[in-house]
Amino acid sequence: MRVIVPLQGVVQGRGGLVLGSVIPCALFYLLQLYFKRHRSEPTPPPQTLTEVSELNRSLSRTHLSPRGSSAPACVSTRANSIVKSSDSPFYVGLKRVSEDPYDELSNPEGVIQLGLAENKLSLDLARDWLAETAKDSILSGGGSSGPLSMAGIANYQASDGLVELKVAVAGFMSQVMERSISFNPSQIVLTAGATPAIEILSFCLADTGNAFLVPTPYYPSFDRDLKWRTGVEIIPVPCRSADNFNLSISALDLAFDQGKKRGLKVRGIVISNPSNPVGNLLNRETIYTLVDFAREKNIHIISNEIFAGSTHGSEEFVSMAEIIDSEDLDRDRVHIVYGLSKDLCLPGFKVGVIYSSNENVLAAAKKLSRFSSISAPTQCLVISMLSDIRFIQKFIQTNRERLQRMYTKFVAGLKQLGIECMRSSGGFYCWADMRGLIRSYSEKGELELWNKLLNIAKINVTPGSSCHCIEPGWFHCCFTTLTEQDISVVMERIRKVSETCKSPR
Amino acid sequence: MAIETDQQPPVGLSRVAVSETHGEDSPYFAGWKAYDENPYDESKNPSGVIQMGLAENQVSFDLLEEFLKQHSEASIWGNKISGFRENALFQDYHGLQSFRKAMASFMEQIRGGRAKFDPDRVVLTAGATAANELLTFILADPGDALLVPTPYYPGFDRDLRWRTGVKIVPIHCDSSNNFQVTPQALEAAYNNAEAMNIKVRGVLITNPSNPLGTTIQRSVLEEILDFVTRKNIHLVSDEIYSGSVFSSSEFVSIAEVLEARNNKGSERVHIVYSLSKDLGLPGFRVGTIYSYNDKVVTTARRMSSFTLISSQTQHLLASMLSDKEFTQNYIETNRERLRKRYGMIIQGLRVAGIECLQGNAGLFCWMNLSPLLETPTREGELALWNSILHEVKLNISPGSSCHCSEPGWFRVCFANMSEQTLEVALDRIHQFMKRRCDKEKLGHV
Repeated sequence: MRVIVPLQGVVQGRGGLVLGSVIPCALFYLLQLYFKRHRSEPTPPPQTLTEVSELNRSLSRTHLSPRGSSAPACVSTRANSIVKSSDSPFYVGLKRVSEDPYDELSNPEGVIQLGLAENKLSLDLARDWLAETAKDSILSGGGSSGPLSMAGIANYQASDGLVELKVAVAGFMSQVMERSISFNPSQIVLTAGATPAIEILSFCLADTGNAFLVPTPYYPSFDRDLKWRTGVEIIPVPCRSADNFNLSISALDLAFDQGKKRGLKVRGIVISNPSNPVGNLLNRETIYTLVDFAREKNIHIISNEIFAGSTHGSEEFVSMAEIIDSEDLDRDRVHIVYGLSKDLCLPGFKVGVIYSSNENVLAAAKKLSRFSSISAPTQCLVISMLSDIRFIQKFIQTNRERLQRMYTKFVAGLKQLGIECMRSSGGFYCWADMRGLIRSYSEKGELELWNKLLNIAKINVTPGSSCHCIEPGWFHCCFTTLTEQDISVVMERIRKVSETCKSPR
Repeated sequence: MAIETDQQPPVGLSRVAVSETHGEDSPYFAGWKAYDENPYDESKNPSGVIQMGLAENQVSFDLLEEFLKQHSEASIWGNKISGFRENALFQDYHGLQSFRKAMASFMEQIRGGRAKFDPDRVVLTAGATAANELLTFILADPGDALLVPTPYYPGFDRDLRWRTGVKIVPIHCDSSNNFQVTPQALEAAYNNAEAMNIKVRGVLITNPSNPLGTTIQRSVLEEILDFVTRKNIHLVSDEIYSGSVFSSSEFVSIAEVLEARNNKGSERVHIVYSLSKDLGLPGFRVGTIYSYNDKVVTTARRMSSFTLISSQTQHLLASMLSDKEFTQNYIETNRERLRKRYGMIIQGLRVAGIECLQGNAGLFCWMNLSPLLETPTREGELALWNSILHEVKLNISPGSSCHCSEPGWFRVCFANMSEQTLEVALDRIHQFMKRRCDKEKLGHV
């Protein structure tokens, strides 16, 4: 079974004589590649910018043994698993951008950042709101003794967030998901960003040595968030271009059985909807099938819906909250992760959400939130912002329009270069098919191209291998840090490189 | 298709989720419940429970308010709205450089310039709670242990052990030498761990101590440093109350001891700090790890992704802590007010016939009620605690929840209330003692 998937990839992706005649070699290489992807290796996260994808494969505990007592006191195995290996593609890319960042006026030859899922498109809206409203900010003593005044917030607060913020966030989530669901504030635990939200759920739902099923390609930081300190494993569930990288239940079944064979107890499935890095939306049918699967195996589902408000196009977004809302039998096994970093363009504020109707999970998560609480003054500011319903409505709408526009332009630009993107309906990025540009259909070929793009074209994109994609040649490109003018610059640079890459067919 | 059975067990949770290690069922937290249900209010509920179990500093709050009123633009974006972009987007786990610099310099000021702190060794976390847990994850593996002197902050049971799977092996201290750590106690604890086949990875001290309210003497710090060096283990010094020492000259930080040794062997030392106590801003969730070990700094920084401080808060506090005039005045005034408050409660307790450990720091005093115990046992102590909670309507923390080996000691916080409320509390204690005295007299007739 393990052979078939990469083989299909080879056969379907790139037919032709050259590959046809070297399939045995390619097969062997791919087999090695497949095994390599599933063995753990230590690679460090990049030095800056935490929410970007990281090439970080966590290590099993027994790998490194501490040195003898003659050496200085050593750190734990957990700490050692982030041993430095500074040639991980992602680390290198981020470093290059920070050393030589593109600026239209002051540094037009600099490296353009396309590897960071950050939304700068609608920052001006948030900034204008603040300029107008912030004069009587909570902290300048506008109201000196209310619950949201300085005196009220300086003290110890509930670790899982102010009630007012939960109410405001519940309302926002409902708005963002087009009012199809109403979220209950008492089912919310707030955390300092979505990163701890995911980790807390991992701690709550699985023991060390257990596993989660995660469809690939996936957000690279899941390796850190789900595995690092928890000691939980990830069993990848490969998705293929033939299926538009949509999740198939047979792949899920297969992965589950693989887990069994490896002696790993599967505790849950972690999905992202809209997915990252591809941008797919889960349709209702798939969601219900997933829930059936989870029920059959009696496991959890974590649905990372952080890009729920960043959908573009006409496809309908269906939240797992629908399950929480309606299906009594399965409400306890479904948990949603959300945050304001993406949809509200405020990653610096660190506002993350765990949403669940499972009382035990909420109780445990609430206690664990004390390690990751949101700073009180920030909570106040966000309450204020979210309570301005008119502003929020306008923001959500404008943001979506701008996203749609940028997406369309960017994808069209790539298409002109002969680079197709997987059809996607959400997120800040597109999933670009650059298989036509890689010299060998392998991770090595992919990384060679990535290198060219970084060092010659001077754009930083994320190679699919960082996302554990089983098919080489796909690249994750975020366009929300660009202006419309930047797009033509990007395309021109890619064109130069792509012309040197096209291999004869 | 799924086959539903009525007998299907509910979907399971992890051991961490169902464990009791969070400790929230201990008396330490139970008293808070009683307070929540019947909180004292000077006008609205004068017979309610007075909270003396919460180490929060409200005595210098006016100074903060004043600063913020005068520098209101700092509260959001720094000086201009153009700072917004950087603020809103900033999510680098290195933390704002200006804030790290301000923290380093504030820590230097607190130590009277007797130690230097490098901003690049400052790692930011959402509170000292997170800092202590993070260090534990980094320094020890599940099943390993940290040695911690008793009595200690009850929250350590949760912060150091819960998710990390690390154990605490106590270093027993007692009143015979004012609960100071001795080399014998250190050795005994270490051997104890070895006997249980547990690998010791470090010692964690709190200086000034919670719940004792005392600073650790220089000679003791030297002994502890020598001990961890001999055993080749780490030393974590939680100095969260360093700015709350009543007299500046009485606090010696481990940083000073290291500098006197030219930082030799310093890579095993890590300091935890926070603004929750000294600056009275626990709601802001600002903690820091200062490590002399490069690997620990790098790893802690990456791990801090799980516990970041919002950029807005960093910006606000950077502005406040860089204002040297403000910080100098704050540190001195806060110290003085705490000293006065401490004097007030000690005097009030003495008049009521209660002695405390001689303290010189912190937001609490360590009160000796052992003469009042029916039986010199943990049960006797809890019975007394219960009657103080329900009869006297004061929530104080029993020594057993701090793992004190001698029953009868209680931690009483004095900085989280107004002077008037403290007077009311002292009066209640006085009445309580008087009643007991009278009861005894009657009993002897």
